[in-house]
This record gives sequence, C-alpha cells and structure tokens, in this order.
Amino acid sequence: MTDVAFQVEEKIAEMASRLKQFLAAQHREKPLVMGIHTGGIWIAERLRRGLEIAEPLGHLNIAFYRDDFSRIGMHPRVTPSILPYAVEGRHIILVDDVLYTGRTVRAAMNEIFDYGRPASVSLAVLIDRGGHELPVQADVVGSTLLLKAGEHVKLLGPEPLVLEIRRS
Amino acid sequence: MAGANIQLDGEGRLRHFLTTDGLDRRILTEILDHAESFAVVGDRPVKKVPLLRGKTIVNLFFEASTRTRTTFEIAAKRLSADVQNLSVNLSSTTKGETLRDTLRTLEAMHCDMFIIRHASSGAAHFIARQVSPHVSVINGGDGRNAHPTQALLDMFTIRQHKPDFASLKVAIVGDVTHSRVARSDIHALKTLAVQEIRVVGPRTLIPAGIETLGVQVFNNMEAGLKDVDVVIMLRLQRERMRSALLPSEQEYFRCYGLTEERLKLAGEEVMVMHPGPINRGIEIDSRVADGERSVILQQVSNGIAIRMAVMAMIAGGKRGAA
Repeated sequence: MTDVAFQVEEKIAEMASRLKQFLAAQHREKPLVMGIHTGGIWIAERLRRGLEIAEPLGHLNIAFYRDDFSRIGMHPRVTPSILPYAVEGRHIILVDDVLYTGRTVRAAMNEIFDYGRPASVSLAVLIDRGGHELPVQADVVGSTLLLKAGEHVKLLGPEPLVLEIRRS
Repeated sequence: MAGANIQLDGEGRLRHFLTTDGLDRRILTEILDHAESFAVVGDRPVKKVPLLRGKTIVNLFFEASTRTRTTFEIAAKRLSADVQNLSVNLSSTTKGETLRDTLRTLEAMHCDMFIIRHASSGAAHFIARQVSPHVSVINGGDGRNAHPTQALLDMFTIRQHKPDFASLKVAIVGDVTHSRVARSDIHALKTLAVQEIRVVGPRTLIPAGIETLGVQVFNNMEAGLKDVDVVIMLRLQRERMRSALLPSEQEYFRCYGLTEERLKLAGEEVMVMHPGPINRGIEIDSRVADGERSVILQQVSNGIAIRMAVMAMIAGGKRGAA
C-alpha cells in the first residue's frame, strides 16, 4: 500500500529553513552535511543546496558499523563511505530518511568519530516514526508518523522522492 | 572435489575458505565486491571497522611465510578482531596426532577462526573437518594444493585493471607443478570465465594432464606470451634447482625469465603479476618487476582487502549468533 499524498520536496524545504534557524541559534557555523546511504543521501543533498553549503556532501555507509552484523552478516554490496573533508573540529549535520530504533544513527556516529572529532553532530530526519530503542532524538524532523510495528516506511528516489508506507 | 561442500553452510554461505575449486561465480564475485568496499578502510584516518570485535583469530603457520601471515594479521586487525600468531614447527611423522592436539588446545581457548598455512596438501581440509561447529578455517596455503586468498587477490587486481574477464588471455608462467597459487588461480579464472588460460614452462615443471583443467600448455615462452593481457609469474622454488628438474638458474632465466624484450610480445596493456617473494634475475628481470606494467605491489595491498572480505563473510551471519 502506497501513500503518495506526502509532499516530500516541500517537507525538505521546510527542514532546510528550520535547520538554518537551528544552526544560527546554536552558533554552528560552516557546517558539513552528511547523508546516510541511501535515502539520507538524497535528502542531505537537497538540504546542502537549500543551506547553500559549498563543500561537497559526505556519504556514510554504516554497513561496517551495524550492531546486527554477527546475526545478519555482510550486506550484498557496500558502497564505501566518502567523506571528502576532515571532520576534525567541524559542525556536522547528519541526515537520514527515517528515524526508527536509533541504531543506524548510533552506527553513523561511531563511523564519523573514526574520521576525527567533530565540534558537534546534529541530526535531521525526514520522518520520525517513533519506536526508538536508544536515546537518540533528531534536532530537525520533517514529519512525525507514529507507525505500528507491522508498518514500514520507505523513501523511494532519487527522482522523484516518494514516501511509501506499507502494512505487512 | 570433496572439499567443495564443506566450505559452505546450509544456506550456501561461506563457512570455511579452503580452495577456489568448487566455489561458484556468485561467491567469488561476492568476495571481490566486498573486498572493494574494504579496500578504502586502509585510506582512512582510523584504519579499522568494528565488524569482528570480540572475535579471536589464530594465524596457525606450520610453514614460514611473511606476507601472507602479515596481511592476514593486518586484515583481521582492521576488522577489530584479536589476533594470535602461532608458528609451529612440526615433524612430519607425528603430524596427524600433534595437529589434532594443537587444535583441541586452541579450541579450548575459544578461538573463532584459524588461518592455516601448512606444507602438506590437504592440511586445511583436514583441520576444517576436525574443528567444532563454531570455528571456521581459512586456508593460507597448503602444500601444492591451494592458496585461495592469493587467487582471489589476483582476480581482484585483474578486475581493477581489466574488468571484462570474458575477453582476457592469461598466462601463468613457471613452476606450475609445485604451485598452489597456479592451481587456485586456474580454478578461479575458469569460474570467472576468462577467454583463455595458458600455462607456460618447461616440461619438467608442468604437471602431466593439466589440460583437463581447461588450460593450454606452452613449453615455449615466446609463444606462450603472445598477445596475452595478464602474465602471472610464479616463484621458482630454488630448492628445486638441486633436483634434476632444472639445469641451472641462468639457463632457466634464459628460457623462461620475463624480460622487457619478451614482454613486448604480450598485449600492449599487459599486466605483470607475481605472488612474491620474487627472485630477481631468475624468473623475472628487475626492470620488469619494477616497471610500469608491474602490479606486484598492488597485489600485496589488495591481499589485505581480500582477506578482510573473506573473514567478514565467514564471521557474519552465523546461525544462532546473538
């Protein structure tokens, strides 16, 4: 079952303007944007343009940092992370499509710290679907959708971005 | 071959890695793809990912080796595993019994993975059949039989430069008879469906009947190199010189040494490979070994990525794991 009524691009534009306010309030200057593979990267790129950040986007693939590796094993094809800059001392905006358990964000932060010690990490997500299992909260949320355990939300893209909600 | 099944678990995933013989194209390609992902870990400020944290890997080497042991060790450490190196000198007469006892002792220390290097063919298979269900074995070279991680790093290096396997002519040159690298390379090249595999060397160093593996035999170096895309040189095991197999090192170099002149016979973009350690002036001229067609040092770096890929595939996704 698909829900196409959700206007993804508009939500991302709203996120960009709220992110701008958030960064100004926190005095976080010259931030870097990093997206989590794959949906997070699509959103991160739009936010980067919206915030007029010249530095390139960072791509994070957290496959090597997952906490379920010993149970699930290797993912079929892991596109390597690309962080085309030093993160040391920088303000990082971490972007993902869906915040659910918080485990992906935890893994992403572990990976970021293997590249250096950032000044700060803030989190922006398109959808916060609840069900957090770790103390992880986003600083900027596009939309909160409280889904039940059997429901799945997935961002399809990159052009156009469509949010799909499935009930299994 | 009987060793084929023991390498996979009930779901077709890698359980041990003992030989390239009997592993299908899907598995080999999967290893190469994962190695590509792991290759970049070496370029990062922290050259480590936490995949194998808490796992204990034992490098169990019954035969001397520097690069294989070192690259396995670095690979395991980059995956955050704990590594123990054990060099065991073993008298061949008590081998079977001692080996079993050594294994039991190590298992009692709760090791998760053994990397085995042994002078006897079949040693890694033997050990894989002995170990407990939660322990995996990787073959780091056994006798003349197999050296599967070397073969995969060779395939990986070839793919980096020449990704279209179906169009490739590959020559394996030298002492094929005593070479586990040659055997593992041939199986991998067959499975990846290269156009043509040649083995080149003197009659005394090419095993009889090797054609049945689907290779062409050349006793003439010039004919064997003609138009090939990849040359895999084998180390001449100098201890063989004393036997009746070869007249002298000079004579061998004159007939089968890879020189710049000979290399001109190969394809324009030919890659020169060698598993190391190289004998300069015996199987390969220094100008070729250090020349622009040589990828010998890339092979060493790629060995780390391949070994990370194999260890991660084996360690991940264990049934019943927490």
